[in-house]
Amino acid sequence: MTAFIHHFSFEFRAGIRDKQLLLVNYLLPLGFYFMMAFIMPGINPMFLEFLIPALVTFAILSATLLGIPDPLVKAREDGIYRSYKINGVPSSSILTIPALTTMLHLVIVTAIITVTAPLLFDASVPVNWFNYLITFVVMAFASAGMSVLIGVLSSSTRMTVMWSQLVYLPSMLLGGLMLPSSLLPDVVLKISQLLPAAQAMNAFNALAMGKVADFNPWGSVAALFLSGILSFGLAIYMFSWDSRNEGRRGHPLMALLVLLPFVVGVFLF
Amino acid sequence: MENPVIEVRDFRKTYGDFIAVDGISFEVNQGEIFGLLGPNGAGKTSTLESLEGLRSPNSGSLRVAGVDPTREPRKLRNVIGVQLQTSGLPESITVKEAMMFFCAYHGVDARYDLLDRLGLSEKRGAQYHQLSTGQQRRLSLALALAHDPSVLFLDEPTAGLDVATRVELHDIMREQQQVGTTIILATHDMAEAEEMADRIAILLRGQIATTGTPIEITAEGAGLTKVSVRTQNSSLSASGVSFPAVSQQGSKDEYSIYFSTDIGPTLAAIISHIESQKDALIDLRVERPSLEDRFLEITSPGGGR
Repeated sequence: MTAFIHHFSFEFRAGIRDKQLLLVNYLLPLGFYFMMAFIMPGINPMFLEFLIPALVTFAILSATLLGIPDPLVKAREDGIYRSYKINGVPSSSILTIPALTTMLHLVIVTAIITVTAPLLFDASVPVNWFNYLITFVVMAFASAGMSVLIGVLSSSTRMTVMWSQLVYLPSMLLGGLMLPSSLLPDVVLKISQLLPAAQAMNAFNALAMGKVADFNPWGSVAALFLSGILSFGLAIYMFSWDSRNEGRRGHPLMALLVLLPFVVGVFLF
Repeated sequence: MENPVIEVRDFRKTYGDFIAVDGISFEVNQGEIFGLLGPNGAGKTSTLESLEGLRSPNSGSLRVAGVDPTREPRKLRNVIGVQLQTSGLPESITVKEAMMFFCAYHGVDARYDLLDRLGLSEKRGAQYHQLSTGQQRRLSLALALAHDPSVLFLDEPTAGLDVATRVELHDIMREQQQVGTTIILATHDMAEAEEMADRIAILLRGQIATTGTPIEITAEGAGLTKVSVRTQNSSLSASGVSFPAVSQQGSKDEYSIYFSTDIGPTLAAIISHIESQKDALIDLRVERPSLEDRFLEITSPGGGR
């Protein structure tokens, strides 16, 4: 337990100390939050109704997809995993602690957005705080899991960027962060259900903000949770200590299993 | 000293069709500093990594302090300390955090005394990337020693270090040897191996080309002893002067230089000649073949075995 605390403590501080992580954990989400809060209500007054969930979802995507995979790949390439293995650091700690510390940074950023948005910008507040918390936790869990899996699978830091952007960019465009998902054509709306961000926005809007759901919101929560479980499970299974990532178990395409709960959701909900 | 702490039997390691290590065997006794030498690709890293539990052998057996590195990784981590050649630490971790972190995983209290001993006490708050190469190596050594391992693996421990730091690290290695720690020293620095190692194995193309004490290994070669002599009246420079067992001779900077296959008769004859010529000896240097000479002899194409 002492080792876990020291490891967690170091990783949490690294999330602020490291300039790249400080950027994706705090500066980018909060900077984007203030920019969007100033600009978007003038373009779309309805934006204030979903400003909080949209910017919290954006913060989660930034901190996890842009912040978690790269340090994992760099640590492997630098031989840090070899050193960890020799000194008894378990692979489960290597993979879960960065996810947990990122989630803690996200709690701080989410708290800042949730508290300041109604005060500074007259944004709508959640009507069900418990559901708001549940949705935040499952979205952060799913996105962190997916990011850890990208870090485990990527053969280099360049590939990390590519895999992360494959999730990040569509989430920004189709996830309901900028415009309500209800404005999307039916086919695109179905496709967007494959994205964790769209599921999170659906759950946030319906369960926490008291709006109408585009699809079953508890189905979204369940899909995010199951996807997170699958992501962490696959990441731990496929993790390789090898600095060249050659000793990995399983085929990389197995990673697509993390989309299974969302695919099932498309047909069920 | 006949208490093997490391036992390697018919160890073989392959990567696909490539044979990295081809059935080597050796033992290292308690308290011994054992040098593992060889050119790049000779199999040193595969051997070290397998002993450290990072790789599994294809065949053969390995024992480190009575532990099978492949089957008992949990036991292994508390009996070995490893100073890796590469950093092995996150860039943003501080010296103090690194000590706390690794000691916690070994279940021991943080050894800040080692940071003081290795001149890192002033750098406790510095991040790893802010340390000089020498400080990074010293931190790596402090972390490797923090849980009092019975076997210490040092991979190029003094590469890129200044002379003072190198001497300091050698002193620490000797101190560890005094308390019974067995040290495996992998190095490209022949002078370091010759100075520090009790015994050496030179690996070549996955096999042990030779093993023994540094003196035994240098004595094995065709090595010619170099004799450099300078006299007051340069009596050795006269033409037609020759001495027994000398295979080559020449001169440089007022020195007459002889390469002898049998140093005793050669020296006796040189001294006798100087006296007979009423000349006076100013300087006489005898240099036996170094480990580096022998290493080059073994590892050169067609050399060794």
